Amino acid sequence: MKIAVCVSHVPDTATKVKVGSDGKSIDPTGVTYIINPYDEFAVEEALKTKEKLGDDSEVVVISVGGDSSKETIRKALAMGADRGVLLKDDNPRDSFAVAKALSEEIKAQGCELVFCGKQSVDYDNTITGQLVAEMLGYSCIPVVVELTIDGNKIRAEREIEGGREVVETELPAVITAQKGLNEPRYASLKGIMAAKKKTIEEKPAAEAESLTEVLSMKLPPPKQPGRILGTDSSAVPELVRLLREEAKVL
Amino acid sequence: MGNKILAVLEQREGKLKRSAFEAVSTASKLAKDLSMEAEAVVVGSEVSNINDIAKYGISKVVHLKSADFENYSSTGYRDAVADYAQEVDAGYIILANTALGKDLAPRLGVKLNAGCIMDCINIDASSGEFVATRPVYAGKALIDVKPKSAKKIITIRPNVFKAAPSEEAGEANVEVREITSPNLQTRVVEFKKSEGKLDVAEADIIVSGGRGMKGPENFHLIEELADLLGGAVGASRAVVDAGWRPHSEQVGQTGKTVSPSLYIACGISGAIQHLAGMSSSKYIVAINKDKEAPIFNVADYGIAGDVFDVLPALIEEIKKVKAG
Repeated sequence: MKIAVCVSHVPDTATKVKVGSDGKSIDPTGVTYIINPYDEFAVEEALKTKEKLGDDSEVVVISVGGDSSKETIRKALAMGADRGVLLKDDNPRDSFAVAKALSEEIKAQGCELVFCGKQSVDYDNTITGQLVAEMLGYSCIPVVVELTIDGNKIRAEREIEGGREVVETELPAVITAQKGLNEPRYASLKGIMAAKKKTIEEKPAAEAESLTEVLSMKLPPPKQPGRILGTDSSAVPELVRLLREEAKVL
Repeated sequence: MGNKILAVLEQREGKLKRSAFEAVSTASKLAKDLSMEAEAVVVGSEVSNINDIAKYGISKVVHLKSADFENYSSTGYRDAVADYAQEVDAGYIILANTALGKDLAPRLGVKLNAGCIMDCINIDASSGEFVATRPVYAGKALIDVKPKSAKKIITIRPNVFKAAPSEEAGEANVEVREITSPNLQTRVVEFKKSEGKLDVAEADIIVSGGRGMKGPENFHLIEELADLLGGAVGASRAVVDAGWRPHSEQVGQTGKTVSPSLYIACGISGAIQHLAGMSSSKYIVAINKDKEAPIFNVADYGIAGDVFDVLPALIEEIKKVKAG
């Protein structure tokens, strides 16, 4: 089986966000970019699935973005994925246009099973996996924390408010990974060396129109620094009084 | 573009959720601003409190009904809602940004060729043009977004758009439509409820613990305070990664982004990725030994002391207050 993993190159979660000169996106100066944390769970699950199948299955890593996205593809290759495809586009796209490019490529590659992170930690849209699935006419189970694939049948547990839904469907399918699905492996030195020899095919991302447009980006209004009421339990009665009388939340 | 705004309402176990009424109020207000007409759609088997929507500003509700819809089915719900939206030529579809809303919205988006603006915390159409504000980078920044497609799908963050019931509401006009042999290609076969626990994503009060709690055995203090306040237990990434607490409780950039009325951070220093996930809470209380900890920069009220001294006293004080 051909398995696709869609990955995204995003600012590290420790990044302090500054608005860039276009007023619509972040200032990338000094920002460290990493593989989207949820995509690591996706890569791991793809590798585990391949290992379980034990046949000549192949894991293809696909990303939409600029040249720097190759670092993130390389990271997935170092973990053990077989080869990469970079769908080049230096311009921003909304989730629809990203999903369009990914789905065209997944179709061309003939992948029956697709893994994505449940959201990327930059735009937090939480929808790319579902969009890809719908564009391809595949099944989709998002936010998965437990997965069993048996032949054509898929059974997954996904996280929802107050518990887990057990969902059943069939291949072909898109699964979006939530933290807890697995423990992503570290890339070994051997893996890192091997990744240097693996191919990353580069081609222009399929043309697609964004259906939404970002008008502006701003920082949230800064919180006014609050009051330190004390240094031990003697401050508790005052705290409770303020919560009741001033904040009115109790 | 059609003249209809559809609020798609979520029910669980046959009851509309609070976030459903928030979607109703939001759709009703948007309809006024854009001179459009709002109605509600609910997919499910039996729904007990469907009449309540009239109090939130919409009188017409269409119940897309099937015994197979007792549990969620992404394919079944998608087809039912998309067919109805096509039939009435809906211009806007509003959903709550819950697990169900996040699953369903993009599926409707592809079916209807509608752009999706997810997790909105403000929508403004008072000038006749629709612009939504949503957090990005887990709330480190906000963007204003406008849809470019003829049909638009908007999901709203729970707890942000307040649903206020009006007193003089009449009866809801409920139209039931039986959906025969729905598409159950993807279906929920079981729901495993986390016993007796409120989810951080939906809670109005959250009590969170970090590494300062020293070990999983001390989280009974956090749980007791959360129970006492009718709130949920949250956790920092450090304690989730250490295996002290389940990931479902993690607040922050790789966990949940929350906006409760009250967030009590206990033994949490306030790493940037944690602050991103909770700093939009209405009131923040921080209890931490280190008075230089960044959590105090976002806290409204702080006690720069030992959690093991302060928390038991806080529990006792709140018990006292509750007892009147």
